[in-house]
Amino acid sequence: MDYDSKLSRQVRDLPRSGIRDFFELVIGRTDVISLGVGEPDKPTPWPIRDAAIKSLERGQTSYTSNLGLESLRIAISDYVDQLFHVRYDPKTEILVTVGVSEALDIAFRAVLNPGDEVIYHEPCYVSYSPSIKMAYGVPVIVNTREENEFAILAEDIEKVITPKSRVLVLNFPTNPTGGIMPPEELEKVAALAVKHDLLVFTDEIYCELLYDGRTHKSIVEFPGMRERTVLLHGFSKAFAMTGWRLGYACAPAPLREAMMKVHQYCMLCAPIMSQVAGLEALKLGASAYEDMRVSYEERRNLIVARLNAMGLHCFNPGGAFYVFPDIRSTGLTSKEFALGLLESKSVAVVPGTAFGTAGEGFVRCCYATAPDLIAKAMDLMEEFVAEVRARKTTAKTPALANA
Amino acid sequence: MDPLIHLLHNNSKLTPAELALRLGISESEIEHRTADAEADGTILGYQAVIDRQKAGQRGVRALIEVRISPEAGGGFDRMARRISRFDQVRDCFLMSGGYDLAVIVEAEDLLEVATFVSEKLSTIGGVLSTATRFQLKAYKEAGFNVGAAIEEDRLLVSP
Repeated sequence: MDYDSKLSRQVRDLPRSGIRDFFELVIGRTDVISLGVGEPDKPTPWPIRDAAIKSLERGQTSYTSNLGLESLRIAISDYVDQLFHVRYDPKTEILVTVGVSEALDIAFRAVLNPGDEVIYHEPCYVSYSPSIKMAYGVPVIVNTREENEFAILAEDIEKVITPKSRVLVLNFPTNPTGGIMPPEELEKVAALAVKHDLLVFTDEIYCELLYDGRTHKSIVEFPGMRERTVLLHGFSKAFAMTGWRLGYACAPAPLREAMMKVHQYCMLCAPIMSQVAGLEALKLGASAYEDMRVSYEERRNLIVARLNAMGLHCFNPGGAFYVFPDIRSTGLTSKEFALGLLESKSVAVVPGTAFGTAGEGFVRCCYATAPDLIAKAMDLMEEFVAEVRARKTTAKTPALANA
Repeated sequence: MDPLIHLLHNNSKLTPAELALRLGISESEIEHRTADAEADGTILGYQAVIDRQKAGQRGVRALIEVRISPEAGGGFDRMARRISRFDQVRDCFLMSGGYDLAVIVEAEDLLEVATFVSEKLSTIGGVLSTATRFQLKAYKEAGFNVGAAIEEDRLLVSP
């Protein structure tokens, strides 16, 4: 059967995730040191797991309200207020979702009409562009650059705004770069959103993981933003809860209600055991992740120092748990570098191009990995870089001799 | 806690070079600050945490609950320090609640503990009573789970 003709054009034309290609190369290998993951290296803190176990013992195995447990929404309201100084009504403005991925998907589906443009920044998490396309929107890319430590510039956004622009998507700290937004630039972006009447979807999934004593500021905190912002957050990164698939959206009531319509028909509700675990996580608050955050900061210091010492320029990222070193000095493309490193040294990193064309010349290394493994991976990467450079010099010698 | 002390507390095997990279300060500053912490008694010593069973250690460990009468002037301190001096005593803590000192002793066998209690501990003037409880099995030791392997099922590459 010609299955291609049976598929929706929308889905058939979506590219495969570059991450998935790379994943298939390493699957089943046990000798690989991986800096290729996008999640914490520790399991969920025990009190959170314990709360979920106890809820199963009590027989809490049913559906919840489509919106999510009321107790969880109240806790989310308090937590979000504490993080962003913005208060959302648990009854009308908060929706518990199956991870931020679902929240983002239903937010696009709730607001986009075919042909509406969505502005987002690359390099970025792999699902933004496909999610926009699946909601019949048109992705409009703004490339961020290393010279700005991968922050998005208001002037670059303004260049791509058209009468069809509907939504601006932000994710800072960013996967894969670890880049953060300087508050003064964020203020300009907020002013732009107000001026052009854009909705803003802000994916705050890494907002707790900031270093060097920084505190987070979200775009929702700026004047005129609360009414036009859909704030997306979840438990995966700070609370090491990736497998629980639990997130939430906070938005003005009419937007939350529209998202709720999509959510109730496609998802019904987030799993109750995950919601109970999430409630415990919010009760613990920062005490659940502060030790992890401190250890990530130490690992970031280690990996940034080692990368720069081996001649791979790497800016010191302010958040998340990724570094995005510039590998152009090796003369290799991102993909060649990642494949070569995997084949010759059994170290997995992800080519920057998996996160958008602006990622060419970079690779993503996740440092949510045990420090001794990071150190070992850096030793091996240093060998690899030296070998590549030696080959480059040898290859050049005859040309020089002829000159 | 000082970040350097915190790191060493969790893993004293880290070298000054590793510590310097992780804290973003110079190796000489690490050495200097570590030496200071050792000199002023902030760092008392360095040990490996072992699974005693795997290490083939045959000895026994007991928690002895000791009730003592405080002395005029010295309170519990002089008594506690005196008890701490015995080689068999691994830890000694002043406790709130039904007894005064929690004394953790390690010895070759039951007999050595019994001898220690009857001949050394009970004979100290001011010791009112002792209750000895032997450790049967270790599940967690100095913050590390003992004998419980955690399955590593994280994907090698994920978004």
